[in-house]
Amino acid sequence: MTNATTASVPAVDVRGVTKTFPSRRGDDVTALLDVSLSVHAGEFVSLIGPSGCGKSTLLRIIADLDSPTSGEVSVFGKSASGARRDQDYGIAFQSAGLLPWRTVAANIELPLQLHGMTRPARRARVSELVELVGLSSFASSYPDQLSGGMQQRVAIARALAESPRLLLMDEPFGALDEMTREYMQSELVRIADESAAAVVFVTHSIPEAVFLSNRVVVMSPRPGRIQTIVDVDLGSNRGERLREDAHFFEKVTIVREALHGTPAPHSASRGVDHR
Amino acid sequence: MGWGVVGVVALGLLWEGYKAFGPVGGFDVAGLQLLPRTTDSAMPHIADMVARAFQPVNSAPGSPAVWLAVSTAALSSLGTASMGLVLGSGVGVALALVMLRFRIARSAVLPWLILSQTVPLIALAPLVVSWGGRLQLGDLTWERWMSVAVIASYLAFFPVAVGALRGLSSPDTIHTELMHSYAVGWWKTLVFLRLPSSVPYLLPAVRLGAASAIIGTVVAEVSTGAKGGIGRLIIEYAQSGSADPAKAWSPIAGAVVMGLVAAGIVAAFGATLGRFRRNEVAA
Repeated sequence: MTNATTASVPAVDVRGVTKTFPSRRGDDVTALLDVSLSVHAGEFVSLIGPSGCGKSTLLRIIADLDSPTSGEVSVFGKSASGARRDQDYGIAFQSAGLLPWRTVAANIELPLQLHGMTRPARRARVSELVELVGLSSFASSYPDQLSGGMQQRVAIARALAESPRLLLMDEPFGALDEMTREYMQSELVRIADESAAAVVFVTHSIPEAVFLSNRVVVMSPRPGRIQTIVDVDLGSNRGERLREDAHFFEKVTIVREALHGTPAPHSASRGVDHR
Repeated sequence: MGWGVVGVVALGLLWEGYKAFGPVGGFDVAGLQLLPRTTDSAMPHIADMVARAFQPVNSAPGSPAVWLAVSTAALSSLGTASMGLVLGSGVGVALALVMLRFRIARSAVLPWLILSQTVPLIALAPLVVSWGGRLQLGDLTWERWMSVAVIASYLAFFPVAVGALRGLSSPDTIHTELMHSYAVGWWKTLVFLRLPSSVPYLLPAVRLGAASAIIGTVVAEVSTGAKGGIGRLIIEYAQSGSADPAKAWSPIAGAVVMGLVAAGIVAAFGATLGRFRRNEVAA
């Protein structure tokens, strides 16, 4: 799957993408207006912005679940639909979306099974993955026996099953409580590092975006466009201590100000309500 | 189970209570009978019906007990109804698949399905018998019970087609998009997603279909004059109604038991598919 010559090709290249949704009354809704963005191989990029800024639409266009009205999208140098057909990305949504009649192991196995991997190879890969997401003792449980956080971990394992070079995640931790959420963020940083995959991560939590990302793409609504891109780069050693680091808060403030369009009061950046 | 027994006992008490205290000649307003007569010929005692079931069918030597004759007939009808249900379910699922695959088929076929159920079975029965009689399939000779099974399937396919269509279209967007992201085609999506998620819709539909198949079988046996089934016995025993009123109730009870057995078979089948019904529990 990996090709040496593609190393220099960006994982995702979005050029001048506009997406309008036709509405019945004739006044079309412009979800995205002339958006351009490049994501390098192995890079973690978050898309953040208020509701209606088109961040999920952009992710769906990259995943070839929607098509742009105009503009071009390439994923590892291929068209978005070509990359989808070649299974170059793994995807996780806001809700886990597990098949309720399949066990944890069988859910993770699904893409492997659909793409014709042999049974012994599947079994080996699945046991690696359940271990990676810390669910080894739940491999034969059914989704309705798991907590929301555990279901989401299964969904992430499923997205990672075919070792994609690109992970697309649409607010995967949105429905989780704060404790679980922070734990999952740390896990994701570790998993992304281990798999060396590029990640495009949609969120509306500022600390989450800053904690996870190399770059945070701040978007604004009506019409959806990129406001600014904040380089975060807090280094590869992002442990729990980082959340209390001054450097972390500095970046949170920068993203917050970009998001609101005005400099936020300095004290606010130290508040707890950063989500 | 306990409440089921209570229900049966209550029905028995109601029957005997009305028989004991109701007006002997019934109750009518200007010739319109509102309440039934309570005479032994109209409403035999339950004990008499049960007793009659253990006596021979008629005075001919070697005549079997009524319960045995009824059981044999019910078993034969159950077999015919099962054939009808299997046939009807197959046709129903096939129609649902066609409607799922082709949007045009959905708008074109669905009205016809609904219309098909308004055709009275009695009108259909002679047609099926005469068409069947003209069929030439090698060595196969078309028998009456086959016509009966076809008519039963005509009733059974409808709930199955509607339930299957609902079930096959039931997967959430997130699941269909997931399959799309896996770049798998219509068939794999069907096998891995749509068929499993249709099970919770399909089982009640098949249960309804089973009930329809039994009604269809009994009615078709009566109207085609097929021998050996419970429908035939209901007519036959009813004809001796005035002389032997208790006897006519045995095949009716037999038909009820047959319905219960059919429902039980479908439920047992459903129990083997428990894991596909997990989405009935909140995920």
